[in-house]
Amino acid sequence: MQLSKDKLLDAYTRMKKIRVFEETMRDEFAKGTVPAFIHLYIGQEAIATGICVELNDTDTISSTHRGHGHCIAKKSNLEKMTMEIFCRADGLCEGKGGSMHIADLSVGMLGANAIVGANAPIAVGAALKQRVLGENLVSAAFIGDGASNQGAVFESMNLASVLKLPVLFVFENNGYGEFTGVDYHCGGGDIAGRAKGFGMPSYKVDGSDFFAVQEVAAEAAERARKGEGPSAIECVAKRWYGHFEGDPQHYRTKEELETIRRDFDPLKIFRKKVEEAGLVDSKDLNMIDEDLSSEVTAAVEKAKNSPLPNVEELTTNVYEKGSY
Amino acid sequence: MSIKTYRESIIEAMILEMKRDEKVFVIGEDISGGRGCGDFEGEAAGGPMGLTQGLWDEFGAKRVIDTPISETAIMGAAAGAALSGLRPIAELMFSDFFGVCFDQIYNQAAKFRFMYGEQGATPLVIRTMIGAGIGCGPQHSQSPYSIFANIPGLKVVTPSNPYDAKGLLISAIRDNDPVMFCEHKSLLGMEGEVPDDSYEVPLGKGKIIKEGNDITIVAIGQMVGITQGCLTKLEEKGISAEIIDPRSLSPFDEDMVYDSVEKTGRLLVIDESNPVCSFGSWITSMVSDEVFSSLKAPTRVLTPPHCPVPAAPNLEAAYLPDMERIVEATDYLTNYS
Repeated sequence: MQLSKDKLLDAYTRMKKIRVFEETMRDEFAKGTVPAFIHLYIGQEAIATGICVELNDTDTISSTHRGHGHCIAKKSNLEKMTMEIFCRADGLCEGKGGSMHIADLSVGMLGANAIVGANAPIAVGAALKQRVLGENLVSAAFIGDGASNQGAVFESMNLASVLKLPVLFVFENNGYGEFTGVDYHCGGGDIAGRAKGFGMPSYKVDGSDFFAVQEVAAEAAERARKGEGPSAIECVAKRWYGHFEGDPQHYRTKEELETIRRDFDPLKIFRKKVEEAGLVDSKDLNMIDEDLSSEVTAAVEKAKNSPLPNVEELTTNVYEKGSY
Repeated sequence: MSIKTYRESIIEAMILEMKRDEKVFVIGEDISGGRGCGDFEGEAAGGPMGLTQGLWDEFGAKRVIDTPISETAIMGAAAGAALSGLRPIAELMFSDFFGVCFDQIYNQAAKFRFMYGEQGATPLVIRTMIGAGIGCGPQHSQSPYSIFANIPGLKVVTPSNPYDAKGLLISAIRDNDPVMFCEHKSLLGMEGEVPDDSYEVPLGKGKIIKEGNDITIVAIGQMVGITQGCLTKLEEKGISAEIIDPRSLSPFDEDMVYDSVEKTGRLLVIDESNPVCSFGSWITSMVSDEVFSSLKAPTRVLTPPHCPVPAAPNLEAAYLPDMERIVEATDYLTNYS
């Protein structure tokens, strides 16, 4: 189905915002200003965006340690998100979560997760609102190729299938689970095929291509909303950077990095498609680029200049106030 | 008021809360008898121990959700549901199974409030069966509540009788933090007077079962009844024991224990968990820190030995603290000089 110009511009904005944000974070990390570990999402922008453009504000996502892109695609507040990554008092999680545990419940972002694969059951839980209260919703779990081997993920697919819950299992196959290649770590090599075994429709798409992801996301979300149960989408893309910033990447060659950054750039692929089809004027896209650059710079500067949490906050938020 | 079993009290608490709040639901293995997904004529079995009997018939499959044997998915789904605004009661059939799903409890549910800067609550109850005494052997008889109590963000309760089981479960369901509700399998058939209406037993409030002046005995879960059974013997020996049932381990009613030890000068804890880093040793440590000058004797903790729970009936009997050991320890501490 042809997407409206507004939707295309929205998608481009989300993808480009992820790119600019992550490049800025890469540079800040190199300067030593970021107080925690970060894992960059560059190369996978089309996945988070392709999924999240098909979700409503009341739909939920559960994310991974590589979660900045998911936050931005789900339209989390950029300033508060940036403050959290810098562990500031006014961050989304008041500085207690940081990059790997960032959440924004106000937009249905149920949390990054530093335990690989542990977010899948949480997404299944959010989907239970359809069964228990009859609410119309979709719950998406982003799962890396590394996480696809975890028992928690298999249990989640089975439970969602048995209970017919509105879950999208979005497998982000970026080629590596930490340092280990998918060709080594994934028995049988077919992540989408495994999902089929649990009795759900399963797709394998080009995760560098927004349109490929969005098209199946729309189908899967519609089925979920109708109460027809979960789906799996394996999105094959490339991880442009290391597992974490500072990873020397001894496990792959410089040539590989050059090739993937040349041939698998989700933003270039998007621009080429919409410009060639005459769907969007390149001037509009250039304007978005400029606006985002200043928005991200402003958010980072504001975060760096805002205070860390008070030490008195060390033991707050453990239990409900007054109950312990 | 009528006589009810511990089991019936637990079921009644769930029914009352499910009627009161449509967000409350129950999820677990075999909880409606394993037929959650199909049509079935007849009464639901309500789990292997009958702890969910009647729930499916009253509330149906939307709110009484049978699952595959899949503890990680159950605990994680319950955590996610709680974070999303539902109020799940998740059944971990035997507490021993925490080994396969603890990530979802201690890394996820217990941390959401803190880790996400209090953006939301996690109103989750995990009902789980603890304890030795009926021959279930090493993997179905443990009492891992000391491990649960070690986790910041979790609350832990250990009801010792039907009245507290109902009141604590109602409080746990209404609480906005994850609560490990530790049901003792040896107590399921225990009878007691229990009001028909809804009532709360507050989390974090202990109960003085019997007042006394010579020694404070804190007993946990099944150990409460066994300690009460020693009273005649102790009275014959002229020992006036004060027995405290903490009911909640986390939060724990420290003040009740301090006040009692300040009066008696002696402390004995009867605890069914493993001895190393047991909850009992934490109680004695706190008492040493806070009311040391009141003590007239060393503090002591009675636990099973540091070994798995055995299957053989004679070994299991030797494993658990019993009346003889409790009387002996009490005797020793009250005669200490």
